Amino acid sequence: MQEIARQVRIDIVEMLFRAGSGHLGGSLSATDILVALFFGEMRTKAGDPCWLDRDRFILSKGHGAPAYYAVLARLGYFPREELLTLRQFGSILQGHPDSGCTPGVEIPTGSLGQGLSIANGMALAARLNGHASRIYALLGDGEVQEGQIWEAAMTAAHYGLDNLVAILDRNRLQIDGHTAEVMSIEPIADKWKAFGWHTLEVDGHDIGQLLAAFQACKGVKGRPSMIIAHTVKGKGVSIFEGQKKYHGVAPNPEEYQQALQELGAVTGPPA
Amino acid sequence: MAAKESTRVEYGKTLAQLGAENPQIVVLDADLSGSTQTHHFAKIFKDRFFNVGIAEQDLMGTAAGLALGGKIPFASTFAMFATGRAWEQIRQTIAYGNLNVKIVASHGGVTVGEDGGSHQAVEDLALMRILPNMVVLAPADGPETRAMTRWAAAYHGPVYMRTGRLAVPVIYDDTYVFELGRGSLLREGGDVTLMGIGIMVQTCLDAAALLAQDGIEARVLNLGCLKPLDWELVLDSARRTEAVVTAEEHMVTGGLGSAVSEILAEHCPAPLKRIGLRDTFGMSGKPEALLKHYGLTADDIKQAAYKVIARKANHLALPVMDLKAPKMAGR
Ligand SMILES: Cc1ncc(C[n+]2csc(CCOP(=O)(O)OP(=O)(O)O)c2C)c(N)n1
Repeated sequence: MQEIARQVRIDIVEMLFRAGSGHLGGSLSATDILVALFFGEMRTKAGDPCWLDRDRFILSKGHGAPAYYAVLARLGYFPREELLTLRQFGSILQGHPDSGCTPGVEIPTGSLGQGLSIANGMALAARLNGHASRIYALLGDGEVQEGQIWEAAMTAAHYGLDNLVAILDRNRLQIDGHTAEVMSIEPIADKWKAFGWHTLEVDGHDIGQLLAAFQACKGVKGRPSMIIAHTVKGKGVSIFEGQKKYHGVAPNPEEYQQALQELGAVTGPPA
Repeated sequence: MAAKESTRVEYGKTLAQLGAENPQIVVLDADLSGSTQTHHFAKIFKDRFFNVGIAEQDLMGTAAGLALGGKIPFASTFAMFATGRAWEQIRQTIAYGNLNVKIVASHGGVTVGEDGGSHQAVEDLALMRILPNMVVLAPADGPETRAMTRWAAAYHGPVYMRTGRLAVPVIYDDTYVFELGRGSLLREGGDVTLMGIGIMVQTCLDAAALLAQDGIEARVLNLGCLKPLDWELVLDSARRTEAVVTAEEHMVTGGLGSAVSEILAEHCPAPLKRIGLRDTFGMSGKPEALLKHYGLTADDIKQAAYKVIARKANHLALPVMDLKAPKMAGR
């Protein structure tokens, strides 16, 4: 799975370089989380994206779309060549996830703060329908500054949604700088606990820890789970790591070359 | 080609100047200070800049409180999130409360480009125009942005101003003075009136140049002050040319096309075509490709002009009613 994550990171760098724009830092920080979820945990069928019993995923931090698309392509939801059309006119891969265009995407996201409520609704529906589906939502640590997140946090706990797992991509950066400087969110674990959530913290780049956390959440009854995944924005490429500058820009040609080298890319474009 | 300036950049620079001139001015942003260009102000006036994080509803409420405390708050984020996420905070507190808050939102329209439909505000003007007390502005170029920003700082009451992402050609020079409720006549012509707002004003001028090559003289108006709209100028132009095309980087519903339709339908139903998005969301792509896809080019305006001119002969001119622009409510 680590190898898949490495490949996904190469895809992300390649996609953004071709597109000339896009969100690099938050895609690379979320890569291991997405790979662990889609390759190690969730029950989905790439050939049947609307399979009723599937587990669901909501990319609430919608700007992480490149990582999401690279994972979906690897699973076979659409041909990998499509990755190179990211953000272009007429592409099935919009700048932010659009369920109307992209197989495997459940709902448009990109306007931050809305995904957890949607996940709650899906979790309630699964319960009403008697489906065993589990619902996963990935949130940004800047994103949780939105008030709607905390409305949803109350709802999930109130209705005891134990089929819901939220993961926080705790990379400590947002657009204008460090979350600690822009708008402090700490003590973040205590907040979720106080809202009634089963809360655990993991290294968000350690696939083993992530998988173990997903397993642990399954044993929790009567409450939703929050996995705070400590990550590094821009993870995998030294020049991008921890740099606010790389939130929403594509690599230039030198950065692109260096990134491919550091990620050990043998061939350039995805096969 | 003329020099180009970006309206969001000119807003940011003017705001920094205003900060030095008026200590009552405070600025708020929601984690987009680089994009909205409030970072110029933030760097110089640290104590008067407040980043509320990714929390647009809180942004508007906090700006409202600062206005109640006698400050002149400018609150900025993307047009989508300002007018969408925080619409009710704006409606209930800023507009209903008639507070002295200036909402200046960047990234209006489809020229946002690659970020796609989730980030392209094509309904912001409609959402703001429907609000009593709110003044709604969309500058066409750099000089108009500077003039409108300065005007907004001096005016007492709620204002919404939309800026754009891209650099656009400069139309005015620095002698341009903005007046509330006044549009401007940029080109004389008797055959058709092209009424534009924002970046579409230049496109109207380009369309007029194309039409002139065919011997058709178009009158061109900038209606960057969408609310209150310059009724006299709209009606006078419609009566003179008896054919009108409106152009906006926005839905044809709720914005300039609607505003002009409302006036013409009541007072002077001249043939009209509206250029803008029709019942659709935006999408990813290069700005030029999107302008073409949504029919927002000079050529589209030219074709529309031909259509309304052709309809002139058939239309029954109704008597023109008494022209009095309505007073804005609450003042
Ligand atoms: C409602 C809303 N406001 C603002 C934005 C603009 N925006 C896009 S990404 C971002 C920062 C996100 O920070 P974070 O959630 O920490 O994501 P990450 O650092 O993982 O990329 C902002 C403010 C948005 N997409 N939606």
